Amino acid sequence: MASDIASFDSQSVVREGVTGNILTPSQLIWRRFRKHRMALVGVVGFTLLMLFILIGSFIITDERSNAVDLQARLSAPSDKYIMGTDSTGRDVFARIIHGGQISLFVGITAVTISVTLGTLVGGLAGFFGGWVDSVLMRITEAMLSIPQLFLLIVLGKFIGKDIETVTILGRQFSGSVIIVICVIGFTSWMGLSRIVRANVLSLKEMDYVAVSKSLGSSQLRTFFKHLIPNTMGVIIVASTLGLAGAILSEAYVSFLGLGIQPPTASWGNMLTSAQSFVQQGSWWMWVFPSTFIILTILCVNLIGDGLRDAFDPRSNRHL
Amino acid sequence: MWTYILRRSFQALFTLLIITVLCFLLTRFSGDPLAQYAANPRMSAEDKEALKERLGLNDPLYVQYFKWLGLAIQGDLGQSFFARQPVSEMIAQRLPNTLILMLTAQVVTVTFALMLGIISAVKQYSFWDNAITTFSFIGFSIPIFFSALGLMLIFAVQFKEWGLPYLPTGAAVWDKSDPVEYIKNMILPVTALAFVNTAGYSRFVRTSILEVLSLDYIRTARAKGLTSRVVLFRHALRNAALPLVTIIGLDIPFLLGGAIVTESVFSWPGMGRLFWEYAQRSDYPVVLGILLIISVAVVILTIVTDVVYTFVDPRIRLS
Repeated sequence: MASDIASFDSQSVVREGVTGNILTPSQLIWRRFRKHRMALVGVVGFTLLMLFILIGSFIITDERSNAVDLQARLSAPSDKYIMGTDSTGRDVFARIIHGGQISLFVGITAVTISVTLGTLVGGLAGFFGGWVDSVLMRITEAMLSIPQLFLLIVLGKFIGKDIETVTILGRQFSGSVIIVICVIGFTSWMGLSRIVRANVLSLKEMDYVAVSKSLGSSQLRTFFKHLIPNTMGVIIVASTLGLAGAILSEAYVSFLGLGIQPPTASWGNMLTSAQSFVQQGSWWMWVFPSTFIILTILCVNLIGDGLRDAFDPRSNRHL
Repeated sequence: MWTYILRRSFQALFTLLIITVLCFLLTRFSGDPLAQYAANPRMSAEDKEALKERLGLNDPLYVQYFKWLGLAIQGDLGQSFFARQPVSEMIAQRLPNTLILMLTAQVVTVTFALMLGIISAVKQYSFWDNAITTFSFIGFSIPIFFSALGLMLIFAVQFKEWGLPYLPTGAAVWDKSDPVEYIKNMILPVTALAFVNTAGYSRFVRTSILEVLSLDYIRTARAKGLTSRVVLFRHALRNAALPLVTIIGLDIPFLLGGAIVTESVFSWPGMGRLFWEYAQRSDYPVVLGILLIISVAVVILTIVTDVVYTFVDPRIRLS
């Protein structure tokens, strides 16, 4: 069996490698990812956005993003306020920098929750089968049958918004940040859990799992050491695309006014009253935050697409 | 075949049961449904308590649930606390508006997606393919409120300012005497929805056509001397359309719920806005009724789509 694996590996090196060096699977993935030009555009774009937010937050303080200047409210972009001011005279540019931190923080933590949940539910369902599988999959199906925005609203109302402000890393956050993270995390794990389940179902029939079992490893070890690491490709791709989804969800929830509550800025809640300002003509209040949302999602989607092709070379045969 | 349908139906019933429990718990505790009376000075605490008792809000939870479920099975979704109207009547009023809007948007979406997808697949890697791919990546990353607000800004607000013929921004009530006004009201929301949704569908069309075009029977058809046009439209498209039909079938029940964001931006009197308005008031019978209708439709149409698929595509035989 060991020689089988070796010969399989060398074949793939002949097929994929140009230099003839033996490449590890991760090197192969990196090689395929590099060939994906749009994905690299995504990486560069995302890095630039990150740098903008990071460097910006050192130059422009958090206080400035929340400072109210009623005399300058609703002023159009000018030298003093590059992107104008909002309805209470807060600097849109400063709020985009600090709101970006929140939006990305919400996105990343929400994805962490949903990926953990999705992997566990799908993995356990596939691994144990039987009634565990039936129950877990029925719950998954039940939640998939409700459109996500409806679920977000209902869950958001269920958890409520009366949580005290919290202090993380020396900054004050509205407690709604935590609610939004949980709401998004708990409503977006279902798709991944189905994929992980299908993957685990096929993996657990493989010889190496039988070998691991016959060598006496516990179920826990088989599950976490053998099955989950082998579904990692799917999980990584799903988390990347999930990040785009989570940032978008935050924007939708906040747009409806259920999301992160001011004064804490987020790209989403800068749009809360956008609707009324369209009629009044204050375009800068919603065009700038939306543009940042779109650019971030675009870059993350491009990276996700590249990763998908890199992890699963079969999928781009026809693309 | 029949055992398969029977087994699926049994699973579906179980899924529906989970959905009702989940939705009931989430909506029942999403705030105080009698909060609107709190501000009423003529209503004392005793009155409120009496009202609660009369509405059955003091019963044990499982009694409330089974009462609601028993009536719901008979088609009685209860009464709205706020509107004091039967929920089923309120939904019946809004449903036609939602269906007209969503189905029109869907037809426009699928038409454009087919056109773009076919061009993209037939002229793979050409300038147009790249342009369409770029467009679909951008469309995929645009939140619906951005396209909605953008269209509103240009065609309603700015056109009015420039003295051009401008479009109304929704708020249509079906008026038989003035269908022209109704259709005019529909243009912007339909465009906003179609613009965002076309992206995903056109990618899907492209992939499935490319997949079919690489099959042997297409080469045979070409070798027989058929023109590209005949091969594409008579041979390839038929098979490529199969997965598309499935996707559309699975999406249709989700259209029932309408688009919360689109409907609220354009004040369209549909189900999505009904849901959003009553979710804010914690009027749980209305919210629950809408969730139930959507999820029943989703569950039923999923089974129907699966079964129909096996009849249409003889390559798939259910085990």
